[in-house]
Amino acid sequence: MATRRIRVDYLARVEGEAGLTVVLRDGEVRDVELRIFEPPRFFEALLRGRAYGEAPDITARICGICPVAYQMSAVHAMEDAFGVRVDGSLRALRRLLYCGEWIESHALHVYMLHAPDFLGYESAIAMARDHPAEVERGLQLKKSGNEILRVIGGREIHPVNVRVGGFYRVPTKGELAPLAEAMRRARDQALATVRWVSGFDFPDCERDYELVALRHPDEYPFNEGRIASSKGLDIAARNFDAHFEERHVRRSTALHSAIRGRGSYLVGPLARYGLNSALLSPLAREAAGEAGLGAVCTNPYRSIVVRAVEMLYACDEALRLIDAYEPPDRPAVPIEPRGGVGHGCTEAPRGLLYHRYGLEADGAIAEARIVPPTSQNQASVEEDLRAFLPGWLDMPDEALRWRCEQTIRNYDPCISCSCHFLDLEIDRG
Amino acid sequence: MIAVGNALRGDDAAGLEIGRRLSPADGIRVIEQDGEVAAIVEALRAARAAVIVDAAAGPRPGRLARFDAASHPLPARLLACSTHAPGVAEAIELARALGVLPRTCVVYAIEGASFDVGAPMSAAVEGALAAAVARIQAEIEALGDAAPEQPASIGS
Repeated sequence: MATRRIRVDYLARVEGEAGLTVVLRDGEVRDVELRIFEPPRFFEALLRGRAYGEAPDITARICGICPVAYQMSAVHAMEDAFGVRVDGSLRALRRLLYCGEWIESHALHVYMLHAPDFLGYESAIAMARDHPAEVERGLQLKKSGNEILRVIGGREIHPVNVRVGGFYRVPTKGELAPLAEAMRRARDQALATVRWVSGFDFPDCERDYELVALRHPDEYPFNEGRIASSKGLDIAARNFDAHFEERHVRRSTALHSAIRGRGSYLVGPLARYGLNSALLSPLAREAAGEAGLGAVCTNPYRSIVVRAVEMLYACDEALRLIDAYEPPDRPAVPIEPRGGVGHGCTEAPRGLLYHRYGLEADGAIAEARIVPPTSQNQASVEEDLRAFLPGWLDMPDEALRWRCEQTIRNYDPCISCSCHFLDLEIDRG
Repeated sequence: MIAVGNALRGDDAAGLEIGRRLSPADGIRVIEQDGEVAAIVEALRAARAAVIVDAAAGPRPGRLARFDAASHPLPARLLACSTHAPGVAEAIELARALGVLPRTCVVYAIEGASFDVGAPMSAAVEGALAAAVARIQAEIEALGDAAPEQPASIGS
């Protein structure tokens, strides 16, 4: 039997690197393995023995793209342990900060990492030569998101202004005014983005995912809500472990997540949208409809459209929050540490991000657990490839490799959060 | 002056550390980046002249290499082993494609041995920092001298 083996050094255009092996035998897909080589859960170990208040700044270092998500899940988990509730303007500011992160992260993925797949370019650099206006629009959107991080978070990368209970300093109304100007421009650019990406060609691939995301009665979810699924799950964050498990898979040093008794599930934009699309702003809902999205989307290639819709929503929501902002009386709610366990779940751009902390009586961290969205989606990536590959086997190797990479990039995998290097190997046997 | 790196990943901290030890003249700004492409493009767009320092995997930890990125793309995969898969090389090429790369753009790459999460900086790189700082300091001072009336500024 002739053997055909395709190997590339690493998979480009993902945040970080990992490995994928596809084994084909006699015209059938025998195996698909996404290998993730995770630095041994360094941050969880690093957190042990540190003060509770250090968790937001330490966990923000896990990822340069979604530091706010790590900070938010950390502070909510701590506040859960201490029985503290943060609401009013402080809660609104957290939501605004999260809008900034969604805008900058989604802009990066839509324009720099994913759009080249649909337009046939090997990279955003090559795409920029033919589509400079679109790439510039993506960069401007990203900059607008970063500006929110700078004003509220203190700086664009690894914000330093977030603390358990609130912030170290809150902005004045005047400081938010320029952000409103930037967001009005960004909203127009995001709407143009939805229209642009909805014109791409999408493979006709659908899957029956179990969509898992936060769900809140009144809001498209960022910081708060119950963990819900399209197949009936409806639990509080503190019950995460009762319903989800992490399995060690030999080929990967990142853990695979599964719903107990059921298996893989999907987190991220498609899941959030499928469970919450009715809660988008009118403008975002209208744009989604024009883009051909129904109330639920289960074609993973259309995730680029959903990301663009979420970016539009984040701009709209940021404007609403800025217009309604009244500075709070104090920058943070007082905290009195106590021993116990706290759980926090928020919606990182890539999906549900769960933190759990066991705390000593003085607030020292005895145990930390962090379940990032990319490791939750690992099994689903493999199942997408198993489901879709049989329809692609006639493709030449190069086209097949491209399609596999695109399929992984549908997930916007932030593999730096959960792993190291990536090779892609297709063994046709 | 754009200092790139990750303080928590061994020798990848070298670029940041060099940036922190520099004494920039008026009009020259040192900014830190973690290697994210769009942010570096924005920094390049705002600059009249740019000097970038980052760590790179290499056989001789501590060795410093200088590249004129305004004239030529960086060698392929030069910085691919830093912690940020698309990084400095891609940002420079994206800036070039968009026509926003400064006419002066110099990249210093300091070779590192270990980029593991949580690892300390290696002794070889640590020992090479002072000489690297001196050389890069001279470069940015020369840039300042070359344009005293209109100081170069970098930042977004």
